[in-house]
Amino acid sequence: MVSNIIFFILAFVTVVSSILAVTSQKIIRSAVFLLFVLLSTAGFYFLLDYHFLAITQIAVYAGGVMVLFIFSIVLTSQPGIGVKFEKPGRMLVAALAALTGLAICGHIIFYNVNRVYYYVTQDELKVQDIGFGLLGTDKYQNMLPFEAVSLLLLACIIGGVMIARKR
Amino acid sequence: MGEFITNLLNNTIPIELYLAVTTIVFFVGVYGFLSRKNMIMVLISIELMLNAADINFAVFNRYLYPGQLEGFYFTLFAIAIAAAEAAIAIAIIINIYRKVHTIYVDEDVSKMKY
Repeated sequence: MVSNIIFFILAFVTVVSSILAVTSQKIIRSAVFLLFVLLSTAGFYFLLDYHFLAITQIAVYAGGVMVLFIFSIVLTSQPGIGVKFEKPGRMLVAALAALTGLAICGHIIFYNVNRVYYYVTQDELKVQDIGFGLLGTDKYQNMLPFEAVSLLLLACIIGGVMIARKR
Repeated sequence: MGEFITNLLNNTIPIELYLAVTTIVFFVGVYGFLSRKNMIMVLISIELMLNAADINFAVFNRYLYPGQLEGFYFTLFAIAIAAAEAAIAIAIIINIYRKVHTIYVDEDVSKMKY
């Protein structure tokens, strides 16, 4: 019962923080609301018993990506100029598009959930099994995506340094 | 109504509630992507969309395929890829700021190549 209450608190924090993040006038506040969304996403992963994923989310997203965002905001903000808003017509079109998409997806979800899915409690996922799954080459194991992501990260490092170096 | 609330509090969370939360966060991200002018705000909206999709993968893995781990691994890789593309996007934004001294999408940022 307590985990259900925690789920409702986390859901409330996620939704409210995401709405405030995209409608805030100051950009540092949007970054902090994004940090709240990332931390409550990690809370959702803890509720789903994916502890490794939750720790990865906190370390990579809330720790790495948020620091990157804060640095970039500090480097590229001009305090003299105020925040510019889009034309009201364009904001209305964006809100209509988002609401249409929300209505379509909501209808599909609630129309098709006609079976009741239950959460099957399992043993805790051992990190040894996660390691075998990441570095194995059998049918359901992901050695190839692992190596591909490492190549992507290498390309990202080199590309980032090349793009942002001082000329 | 009272039975509905006790059902929600005592049983496990039904899958529609998780999906409702992720759908709302995703489309709030879509709204932010389409309606903000600052490039960093656009990046923040992209991160919101990616996070909503990641929770979706984890929820479907836990509720529909309890023995397998494919959604879990996909989420892990998606987190890594999202971090990498956020880094590259921020490098590009810093480069734009150096050239044009603005990071709003409606000003003339088309003269980047040197």
